[in-house]
Amino acid sequence: MLTQEELTNALQKGLDAKQRQLLRQAHVAIVGLGGLGSNAAVWLARLGVGNLTLIDFDKVELSNLNRQYYFLQDVGEYKASALHKLLRQINPYGAYQIFTERLTEKNIPRLLGDAAIICEALDDAADKAMLANIILADYPEKYLVAASGIAGFDSSAKMQVRQINERFFLCGDAQSDCSKLPLCGARVGLCAAQQALTIARIILGLTDKK
Amino acid sequence: MLLNGNFYNLAEPISLLALLRQLAYKPQLVAVELNGKIVKRTDFANVIVTADDKLEIVSFVGGG
Repeated sequence: MLTQEELTNALQKGLDAKQRQLLRQAHVAIVGLGGLGSNAAVWLARLGVGNLTLIDFDKVELSNLNRQYYFLQDVGEYKASALHKLLRQINPYGAYQIFTERLTEKNIPRLLGDAAIICEALDDAADKAMLANIILADYPEKYLVAASGIAGFDSSAKMQVRQINERFFLCGDAQSDCSKLPLCGARVGLCAAQQALTIARIILGLTDKK
Repeated sequence: MLLNGNFYNLAEPISLLALLRQLAYKPQLVAVELNGKIVKRTDFANVIVTADDKLEIVSFVGGG
């Protein structure tokens, strides 16, 4: 059987002992497991992030398969459960917590727990803004990596990562709205990768201290 | 004042809520930082913005 050390060596090739420790000890909560959250989760698992909390009340639908990291066999299953199975195939040594309920102001302490980094990957604009406001106002010790503007087929050059303050990052083009434009998986995935990379940079202490 | 990194000519002090409306932002879709501090949504109507302020407005669009 593959040992944890062998897998870690593969997933974290080229990283030093300190970086590996930071990644193994990190705890990221991903809120929303659609096109952003499912893809970001896969990248974080491939990086050997030690603790991932997966939150989504929704089940996989056929219409999700254009951009979300699910398969035909997953249709009808909770996204959190389907993704959990997938992540365990990438890194069985990670600790995964899954919640199949809607995140609310009330259950935030229980669902997010001690996750130091929150990946905002919700779909609805008002839900996104609400989560951002709660984290920024009430959990100033947590990092927030949010996304806005992922729809359409506009150039990848428009997709940016803006650091709003020391702990708040916003990925995407900030404009293209999914209620007006179709969703292209490659573009959504680009933003998910921006979120995952930003989270990796936070974990490794590479982001600006403003 | 400084609005999202650019100079904005604010004629007179105004409530944050009124300014958001004036700039065509939907208050329920934004997060606002005033002089580096997040403004709670419940305070949008009470907080007064002046020409000396630095304001960062993050507006969310749908898609996830």
